[in-house]
Amino acid sequence: MLAHYGYEDGSGHYYIRLDTAKCAECPEKGCISACPEQLFATELDDFDDEVVLIREAARNTLQASCASCKANGEMELCRSVCPADAIGFSW
Amino acid sequence: MAEIEKVEYWRWTESNWKNPDIPDWRGSLITAGVDIGSTSTQAVVMADGVPYAYSNMRTGSNSPDSAIGAIDWAMKDTGLTLEDITYTIGTGYGRVNVPFSNKTVTEITCHAKGANYIYGPTIRTILDMGGQDCKAIHCDAKGAVTSFMMNDKCAAGTGRGMEVIANLLAVRVEDIGDMSFQIDEEPDPVSSTCVIFAKSEATKLMRTGWTKEKVLAAYCHAMALRVVRLLERNGMELDFAITGGIAKNVGVVRRIERIMGIQALKPAMDTQIAGALGAALLGKELVEKKRAKENQ
Repeated sequence: MLAHYGYEDGSGHYYIRLDTAKCAECPEKGCISACPEQLFATELDDFDDEVVLIREAARNTLQASCASCKANGEMELCRSVCPADAIGFSW
Repeated sequence: MAEIEKVEYWRWTESNWKNPDIPDWRGSLITAGVDIGSTSTQAVVMADGVPYAYSNMRTGSNSPDSAIGAIDWAMKDTGLTLEDITYTIGTGYGRVNVPFSNKTVTEITCHAKGANYIYGPTIRTILDMGGQDCKAIHCDAKGAVTSFMMNDKCAAGTGRGMEVIANLLAVRVEDIGDMSFQIDEEPDPVSSTCVIFAKSEATKLMRTGWTKEKVLAAYCHAMALRVVRLLERNGMELDFAITGGIAKNVGVVRRIERIMGIQALKPAMDTQIAGALGAALLGKELVEKKRAKENQ
């Protein structure tokens, strides 16, 4: 499943896309420790698979939370450690 | 001094229903789904996977009370009690507050399942326009979610935003859709970013001489534009349907159809119960799986 967490406001649209089928097969889930803003967490989904998600409290502030990674002009830290290319950004 | 009548223009009609084609539920597998949303709560009772009874009411300040109130109203005059329900799934924002549930499931999964039942296996894209958020959901032929995107940052584009405009213009929320077409020409939309901006813009337009109908058209237009952006980002695949309370507002639905150049499927039952219906169906599947395992 492709889960898009985020929002749209007057300044743009800010969504992080997670491919939860790929996350379920990932043993390391390195994105959780790689993110300096601790946006990622794991949870059992509706079918009891352990998947990665964006913490609920962080979903409506992604533009600010991801600003430091985005400012570097390089690949975001979460994406850089993801072995399955399961993470994408809309901005 | 004459007493001023206080009318709650935002208040939509609560309802309950009982299936006249099922005279007796005894001997059937009874499952239930309770969807506690931010604005409304629904309870659906199914007998062998067929809708038997449901209720649709406003969510109160206490979610467990809302859940009990909804299931009691659905079971009214049926002879059913909670003990007769084999499995109950709680869903929606308040899903953890259904005191009699056996399991909780997200509203995204339940809406896809419910829409698959209401509209059939060809449904692929569902737009759930709820009280305080809006979700674009993709599903497969079995009603399993393949992709979703939601926006709950602002009440613009949600049922609550529509209620605010209903109160502001003193128009019953159920009349907004039809009234929004009583115009000569479609006006430009008001702000679709923020419901507070939209409200102040609507007030300004009324002062400049716009009719209520024209302001409503501008608001419905803005709401349609906002959710179309969400649909386009998540990807549109036919067949397409709208669930949630706003699906009853033709002013928004027809404008979404016009902007996207497609027709939404017409529902055969109340679109607000899709989540609770999906929950009750998932409950039935879980019970059957468990029984099949036990019989092996």
